[in-house]
Amino acid sequence: MNREARPFLPPVPKASGWRLFLKTVVARAYPRVIGQQRERSWIFFDVFLSILAVSAYVFVYRAIGAPEEYVGFVVVGGAMTAFWLNVLWSMSSQLYWEKESGNLALYIMAPNSMMAVLLGMALGGIIATALRAGAILLVGSLIFHVHYTVGSLPALIAVFVLTLAALYGLGMMSASLFLLWGREAWHLANLAQEPIYLLSGFYFPVKNLGFWVAVGASIIPLTLGLDAMRQLLFPSGAALGFLSVPVEVGVLAVLCVLFLAAARGLLGYMERVAVREGRLLESRR
Amino acid sequence: MSRNVYSSASFRERWAAAWRSFRVATWLGWQIESNWTDPFLFAVYSMVKPLASAAILVVMYGVITNGQFQHPIFPYIYLGNAFYIYVGAVMTGVSWAVIDDREHYRTLKYIYVAPIRIPAYWLGRGVARFLTGSFAVLITLAAGVLFLHVPFHPARVNWPLFLLSLTLGVVMLALMGLVLASISLMIAHHFFLIGEAVAGALYLLSGAIFPLEVLPPWLRPLGFAMPITYWLELIRRSLLGDVARGFPTLSGFTNGQLLGILAGLSVLFGLMAAVAFRLCDRQAREKGLIDQTTNY
Repeated sequence: MNREARPFLPPVPKASGWRLFLKTVVARAYPRVIGQQRERSWIFFDVFLSILAVSAYVFVYRAIGAPEEYVGFVVVGGAMTAFWLNVLWSMSSQLYWEKESGNLALYIMAPNSMMAVLLGMALGGIIATALRAGAILLVGSLIFHVHYTVGSLPALIAVFVLTLAALYGLGMMSASLFLLWGREAWHLANLAQEPIYLLSGFYFPVKNLGFWVAVGASIIPLTLGLDAMRQLLFPSGAALGFLSVPVEVGVLAVLCVLFLAAARGLLGYMERVAVREGRLLESRR
Repeated sequence: MSRNVYSSASFRERWAAAWRSFRVATWLGWQIESNWTDPFLFAVYSMVKPLASAAILVVMYGVITNGQFQHPIFPYIYLGNAFYIYVGAVMTGVSWAVIDDREHYRTLKYIYVAPIRIPAYWLGRGVARFLTGSFAVLITLAAGVLFLHVPFHPARVNWPLFLLSLTLGVVMLALMGLVLASISLMIAHHFFLIGEAVAGALYLLSGAIFPLEVLPPWLRPLGFAMPITYWLELIRRSLLGDVARGFPTLSGFTNGQLLGILAGLSVLFGLMAAVAFRLCDRQAREKGLIDQTTNY
């Protein structure tokens, strides 16, 4: 319908610049958050069942007579798995999934920044996953009587925020890499679950893997983030920690800047390559 | 619709259609699972995931016990974890086919109008993951025997009991997967795999990695209601013999009794799968969910 046929409608103000960027971020975050309200099945499958899965590791420790603080380590690690799974499946492989379902072409055609789309995905994912992780942490702590001794709340908040920023920066970076891949993306995301649970020390202090393995695993922000959080939450955490908290905070800050900058650069590069090689619309099924 | 095509068919025709659906779905599932890369990368992919999963438990055990891998509880944990790979693989393989066809390939509506038996098709789609899962179980067992002193002696294995238990167990898992597949018809595409989520939860209740006595008394009945509990006990007894009998959970049961319980619970899950499919299939048709896409 052209403008002449609807003379009483006011013209729609067009956003541009940072306003368009922000609107795109909110628009992409919106379905993630609202999806939680529409599809309540996640409460059962993602929270209740996750608590049971975390509990299994708690009972392993009890079966072999581990000290009680290991139960707390498992509960905190189990809550953080929600973020890792969200980054893997809803960030890294999301552009691949969007390509397969036909949305990617629409994102590229629309006059918005792809970086804003990725940021929106990350923001929506963080909000949605924080609810799940919080529920796992709360229920797990109540069931297993986990006692926390918070040494420094500002430090704990800083570690948590930096960990998530670096983690979702990694997710945004890998999303652009996955843009070039076909079904490999799906399988590589699947492959990055258990090995990362192992290397990042989700269920035990990463220090036990040895210095150099822990150094290598530190490229995944959750490795140092979890280690620092455990040090700040449990009295014995410092003794079992890999590096001191200030050092871990520093490395996390560097990772955060590095991943976000790399995400921006890679996204532009990969988009150009994908356009040149005609991969944006291909569907190698 | 497939339901109407076979409403007046004879039993033989229904069986032939189910077998054809199963066979074609098996081929299709294998292509989807395996032809995305070269055989070498596929082999590495199939090895790394299960070995990492086993290594988590090995590190946890090693840290707490200072590496006492000779203790009888270690093979109990290790074997339970190794064979538990089948639980996630088979249940995910069968149930993920619904989401994959509906939202990724967008072919579920075409499958529904084709002359095939839907449950047989889903079971066939699970075979590929069963095969890759078998490879993962073998690799995990080999690593345990070679590097962690898991006491496995082929001459002492009760092979008939092992093969019978394994077959019965895989059928039982496929039926559980069918229940999940029916439920998947009704729910959105979440970022997690429903089969793996359920398998992760049953990890707690099935005595896979610790004896059920470790659970609080109010949770134990749930463990005893799970067919996986009896299946894993049979697998352990057939492979380890007396070592497995050292744990009190099911020591009062003979092998025959355990097989009987496993068979009975498998029949129960078969009935549940049939009922779940009828209910969910009808609801999904009435609510127009067969071709829904949820891309949050």
